[in-house]
Amino acid sequence: MNRFAELLDRLAYEPGRNNKLRLITSYFREVPDPDRGYALAALTGALSFKHAKPGLIRDLIAARTDPVLFALSYDYVGDLSETVALMWPRSFLKQPPTPEPSPPLAALAEGGEKQTTGETPLPPRSRRGGVGGGGTTATTASTVNLPSQRTSTQAASSGHNNPPPPTLTEVVITLRTLGKTELPGQLARWLDELDETGRWALLKLVTGAMRIGISARLAKTAAAALGNKDPHDVELIWPGLTPPYVDLFAWLEGRGDKPVNRDPAPFRPVMLAHAIETTDFANLDAADYIAEWKWDGIRVQAVSGRDENDNATARLYSRTGEDISKSFPDLLPSLRLQDSSDVTLDVSRKPLRTFRHQAFAIDGELLVLRDGRVQSFNVLQQRLNRKAVTPKLMKDFPIHLRVYDLLSDDDGDLRELPFAERRTRLEAFIAQLDDPRIDLSPTIPFDDWETITAARADPASAGAGDDADAVEGVMLKRRDAVYLPGRPKGQWWKWKRDPHIIDAVLMYAQRGHGKRSSFYSDYTFGVWTNGESGEQLVPVGKAYFGFTDEELIQIDRFVRRNTTEKFGPVRHVVHEANQGLVLEVAFEGLQRSTRHKSGVAMRFPRINRLRWDKPPREADRLETLELMLKAEGGMPSP
Amino acid sequence: MRPQDILMPAATGLCCKPGGFHIDPVRPVERALITHGHSDHARPGHGAVLATQETLDMMRLRYGDNFARSTQAISYGETVSLGEVSATFHPAGHVLGSAQIAVTHGGTRIIASGDYKDASDPTCAPFEVVPCDVFITEATFGLPVFRHGNAADEVAKLLASVALFPERAHLVGAYSLGKAQRVIALIREAGYDAPIYLHGAMEKITHYYQSRGVKLGDLRPVKGMKKADLAGTITLAPPSATSDIWTRRFPDPVTAFASGWMRVRARARQRGVELPLVISDHADWDGLIATINATGAGEIWVTHGEEEALVHWCTTKGLAARPLALVGYGDEEEAALTDDEGGSE
Ligand SMILES: [Zn+2]
Repeated sequence: MNRFAELLDRLAYEPGRNNKLRLITSYFREVPDPDRGYALAALTGALSFKHAKPGLIRDLIAARTDPVLFALSYDYVGDLSETVALMWPRSFLKQPPTPEPSPPLAALAEGGEKQTTGETPLPPRSRRGGVGGGGTTATTASTVNLPSQRTSTQAASSGHNNPPPPTLTEVVITLRTLGKTELPGQLARWLDELDETGRWALLKLVTGAMRIGISARLAKTAAAALGNKDPHDVELIWPGLTPPYVDLFAWLEGRGDKPVNRDPAPFRPVMLAHAIETTDFANLDAADYIAEWKWDGIRVQAVSGRDENDNATARLYSRTGEDISKSFPDLLPSLRLQDSSDVTLDVSRKPLRTFRHQAFAIDGELLVLRDGRVQSFNVLQQRLNRKAVTPKLMKDFPIHLRVYDLLSDDDGDLRELPFAERRTRLEAFIAQLDDPRIDLSPTIPFDDWETITAARADPASAGAGDDADAVEGVMLKRRDAVYLPGRPKGQWWKWKRDPHIIDAVLMYAQRGHGKRSSFYSDYTFGVWTNGESGEQLVPVGKAYFGFTDEELIQIDRFVRRNTTEKFGPVRHVVHEANQGLVLEVAFEGLQRSTRHKSGVAMRFPRINRLRWDKPPREADRLETLELMLKAEGGMPSP
Repeated sequence: MRPQDILMPAATGLCCKPGGFHIDPVRPVERALITHGHSDHARPGHGAVLATQETLDMMRLRYGDNFARSTQAISYGETVSLGEVSATFHPAGHVLGSAQIAVTHGGTRIIASGDYKDASDPTCAPFEVVPCDVFITEATFGLPVFRHGNAADEVAKLLASVALFPERAHLVGAYSLGKAQRVIALIREAGYDAPIYLHGAMEKITHYYQSRGVKLGDLRPVKGMKKADLAGTITLAPPSATSDIWTRRFPDPVTAFASGWMRVRARARQRGVELPLVISDHADWDGLIATINATGAGEIWVTHGEEEALVHWCTTKGLAARPLALVGYGDEEEAALTDDEGGSE
């Protein structure tokens, strides 16, 4: 675990892609199976166990430290796992007490000679047992004149408390099988055994919050480099592999055959688009691209196949590869392959399908359609938020799949074909399928960027018609783009419609977390309304991104200089008609909300611009939001 | 006489009325006792200055010969009488020449410890525990999250990185006075004997350390070196230089930073550090509380840093404690933006 922790620690600071690869590959080279396999699983997000809740971690530390010292420390560090990792008291279990002789005072007074070695005439202060070693639980001899010189000869003992610490494999296996009631005790034992970095990594792992800037793609590329293989090859066989990937490493090290994927309906890692900037168009040729609408739904992959026994399987995957078939029983029949018997015996009636597919994988958007019309994301969300999928829910929120790519068909994997060719096949495939629940996402005809700019500005008259409200923007895909997992450069672009924008006033600020823990970076903003006491600001949302680092420093300074009240980590910032800071806030949509005093909730709000030039009294009013809400046709949130 | 009548916090710094002097004054005063050479403690323009020879030499290096009207050197263990009190200097283990100052009046002894650490340091005399009634302590790392571990382990981390990336230069940000020389000495203790390169701003003070008998091995100016020749080497530079265009002279540099702040990830990331080295010249949390216990003092006065937590800890242990609210030794609000090491440079 400590070696894995060391890797995570180093990766968390290393900005360079190639250097990250070097660090991961050298880890795979040094560390044996199965530890390295579980590390690969952790880095690719393939580990699944019930994560420990932050509340559990808080309880563990609360039982071991002074609450005031913990609160001050957490406020300073800003990250729960890190605070606990650093504060966790050194344990004295299994340690024989270290007797510390008290030297006479005279010996202490002689310590004035300059020393150029790590040697000291005084007995060292123990880092493991003895005085002062235990943070808040420590300290016995309070008035004895103990010398407290530490020496470098203690290097071996300074790290962890009770060696040996657990291996990564032990941690993963134990977590998978452990009962809920045993978790706190087990976690505490591990925390006792690990050093600071090990504790940090363990807590990140068990709370499922790694966030160290490593993509799954990068980790797989590092594994591929171990055997000088093409990362794409690893990507293709990946869906059939399971941790700890012993067969994968055997192949990479030339000790085994290439693993094959035996899943009849495997997930294929999805291809993603870059957000286009207006300046990008100068370097792009319209003739190289095909345009489609970007739908405001849920990206899914629908896969169908047959196993060795010719049994048909159909699955619906989320964009991250999670199997979400169970939530959409109303869509599955449309995906299921007809058994050969069904087709032949069905001659009396009009057969639904007169052809027979062996397997396919399609990429598309999940939407709710009522009377042939695409509903807004708000409506779709009401279907998604329900736990039980009832017949009523399926009737009220009829699910639909709008497709835009074909990744495989009876001819096998199509991902290496150019997009234009896949699109032609897709059109034929959908026509043949002829299912009312599945249709084709249309292309937008265009010859130049002006046409597409106009289409994006007014989707309704550019072909989206009644569905225009569900159009989030435009997708631009290179005709010759092969289907690559991840976000390859220059292949697919997304060009969103202008988001909603309002001017709001900064009301409260809170300290951020992680690298922003020393800045006030979480902002609550409000708009004007006519309340009981006349004109007043009512909070309408919270945002903690959208600004540049430079702007963060400016806002932070503003907050510190204009604080009217402090409540723990929250500062009230001056917000009056002529005094305060106006924030231009962009957001994706609005919903009615009973949880917010204002009655509205924003989707995806972020700080678009700082309006130092604008006095707060000129900020927007709640009525403006109400109007937007009406225009959106937003419905009450569940 | 009550302790607070012997030493009291004032706008100018810690003031000893019965002795007629200030300790580490932040404004010019008639008579100053200086704990160590860092610029926030050792300022120019005083009348008479009493300090260790090393501290006086460092002030001379920084401010020139006329940094005070008169100076007097004092050795560790030596006592001078000043007015109604006597003052004795003891090693503080912080940097070369750093001292705690024991002020005694009648039967009352107060220790003004300045900046100190109880961890081993091959470049200066080790911290000495002096029994006292009132112990005045800093609290730069006065939170239980600051436990600095072993500096030798951090240097091992640096050397492992140098081995893993032989085509890259390693640039270690370290405060010029004290930290840089300690890091170099630790690298030498780890058995690394190749030349170590120095940023121009650290040459003078580092050579001063060498002239005082601190062994630092083969040191060379980085100025004038060819870029390609710096692959696989280690260079020490002031922290501000490591985020500067100055770094372009190095091949794909790995930016390391040696500081106690590196214990907290957010602080390291804020500075764009790739290789944080937790090496501090201040006592960590465990060091602060062990030292407070060891002095046997019944009363603790806390100066700059995270006073709140340390005062709280003292109170829970039945010790009388109060923050001194001295200004001029680092400011938490501004530290977030400027990130100076508690004002120790
Ligand atoms: Zn200092």
